[in-house]
Amino acid sequence: MRGLAFDIAHMLAGFLVLASFLMLYQARLFALLHVLALHALVLALSVAWQAHIQGAPHLYITAAIALGFKAMLIPWALRRIVFQLGVHREIEAVGGIGLTMLAGMGLVALSLEVMLPVTAQADPVAREDIALALSVVLIGLLMMVTRRNAVSQVVGFLSLENGIILAATGARGMPLVVEISVAFSVLIAFIVIGIFLFRIRERFDSVDVGALDQFRGGRQ
Amino acid sequence: MIPDLVSGVLFVPLLAAAALALIPGYRLSAGLNMLASFIALGFALALLAADRPGPGHLLMVDDLNVVFLVLNSFVGFTTSAFSASYIGHELETGRLTPSHIRFYHAMYQLMLFGMNLALSANNIGLMWVAVELATLTTVLMVGIYRTPEALEAAWKYFILGSVGIALALFGTILVYLAARPVVGEGMDAMVWTTLAAHARDFDPSLLNIAFVFLLLGYGTKVGLAPLHAWLPDAHAEGPTPISAVLSGLLLNVALYALLRFKILLASNPASIVPGPLMMGLGLLSLIFAGFMLYRRRDIKRMFAYSSIEHMGIIVFAFGLAGPLGNFAGLLQMTMHSLTKSAIFFSVGHVTQVKRSQWMADIGGLTESHPSLGWGLVAGVAAIAGLPPFGVFMSEFLIVSAAFTREPVLAILLVFGLLLAFGALLLRLGDLAFGPVKGLIGPVKASSVPLFAHLALVLLAGIWLPPAMVAWFQHVARMLG
Repeated sequence: MRGLAFDIAHMLAGFLVLASFLMLYQARLFALLHVLALHALVLALSVAWQAHIQGAPHLYITAAIALGFKAMLIPWALRRIVFQLGVHREIEAVGGIGLTMLAGMGLVALSLEVMLPVTAQADPVAREDIALALSVVLIGLLMMVTRRNAVSQVVGFLSLENGIILAATGARGMPLVVEISVAFSVLIAFIVIGIFLFRIRERFDSVDVGALDQFRGGRQ
Repeated sequence: MIPDLVSGVLFVPLLAAAALALIPGYRLSAGLNMLASFIALGFALALLAADRPGPGHLLMVDDLNVVFLVLNSFVGFTTSAFSASYIGHELETGRLTPSHIRFYHAMYQLMLFGMNLALSANNIGLMWVAVELATLTTVLMVGIYRTPEALEAAWKYFILGSVGIALALFGTILVYLAARPVVGEGMDAMVWTTLAAHARDFDPSLLNIAFVFLLLGYGTKVGLAPLHAWLPDAHAEGPTPISAVLSGLLLNVALYALLRFKILLASNPASIVPGPLMMGLGLLSLIFAGFMLYRRRDIKRMFAYSSIEHMGIIVFAFGLAGPLGNFAGLLQMTMHSLTKSAIFFSVGHVTQVKRSQWMADIGGLTESHPSLGWGLVAGVAAIAGLPPFGVFMSEFLIVSAAFTREPVLAILLVFGLLLAFGALLLRLGDLAFGPVKGLIGPVKASSVPLFAHLALVLLAGIWLPPAMVAWFQHVARMLG
């Protein structure tokens, strides 16, 4: 039974990494938002499973936040923003998809290589969760770096943050996890509202970060 | 006794933020903003004198953070005085509306609350949440002008700050994982004093990786190159009082968080020595900012790069460690906070008079606005490290500490210092002397905060009170 519990925890964490890879090769914004919802759903399942095996009922709150806020509300809000701002529906990536995928694989290998030897003394669940969580964090960073469009950068940040929540819940008995996930939700809400405010002010023609850069003009 | 004083430092800004969000009038709210900052300063000063009982699960006050708390509250108070006249002018010229100002004042106090909470936290999780709060409030204030440039700066600050803060959280989780086998599950493994007491037995390799994440995460907020990209924009596009508190205070708070973790590493013999990493990043920031200073055309952007330069020097000094390195680092940090906020006070008035931040539009200030111009001259002379100001002394100490410990790095350090020195004095010549350029309207502002800061910096350069020296020496030993 014990073995099964571990296996399910690992499987869910592994799914999260897979969902991160799914994000990397999406060429269309709406498809990306669907994968984001899937990512958050997998996180919610994973956190709920941790709550179950650790006997830590407060983690169910974090799972509920992941499900309600991140898997439903945020993708919905971003979808509305894409509609209303008339953002380009295609994602422009720096470098090709293939290259990004290879880099993603390299990052997963790197995080396993770095974290597994280091956490030899930690308990097995935490150990592999942390390694997989670091992969999710690094892929999220990769996505933020390689995407030009502000909405997909935000999606990258959200997946990065999902990785951190996975790490926090995997660390057995870590206090303040719920508070931290609430604090992060506030941060994300600010980001989404921020994008929305840009539109209301009608200062930007698009939320393409490249377009933001042009305002720099000759300022040094 | 102590819980009352600490909660005074924390709850006065929090209550003031709530009250300021409700008060519509500008004069009343600016006054209340000053009053609340002054009361918080009173509490912080009382902390210096009071006896301190043991640390709690969430909050603590020790010899290290009380220095930061007093400095934070002091600059918070003087900046609120500067902000009162600055914001009044912005209201007159219509750059800000009354509702913006209500929001601004509430955010100002909330930011002070966040910073004081981060400084007095005894819990690495709480500290993280507080740094996030302080970041969010400053993001909102940087974007307050709603111009495309201001929104761009706020967005950039927001995204980079969020990534930094996320990495810092990952590092915090790793510290918890390192502590759990030794301290046990639950809250204890996040209480800093407990961590510090048991750090010797932590798994060193886990602690090493944690520190790398923390250095990158909080280092982004300190503004270390190559993670500094948000800093010049945020300084240049926000209201000048916010530039003053960003440079003078928020960078220090992030640095403080880093120092706390450095103490943990220092007490674990098997872990890496954080010194080389910090010295490397510090030198990189110093030299990079030194070169960048030459190409600036926007006055606030230039002093933002000067902040990167000084944070580099400070991180270098703390990386050098040892009693002398830490002492000089603390002194340099205090002097930089006071001097840089004084410079931003005068720059704020200058840009309001000239209605431009371009250095091409500013010239001959000592002739057209003597007190403002000479204030700027004194501030820039101080920040460039000229005697008899306090920065000269702290930089001298850092250089001499570096020469005895790391002669090769010391040469790079001196090179960086001279580079920045040259750039600042080059610009100062055009700004303060030479032909008068731009508008020459009257300055309707009190220069008391500006000269109060400069007087303190001058005093520190001539005579440091022995009590302060003893205190800093004690803290320097704590930092290992």
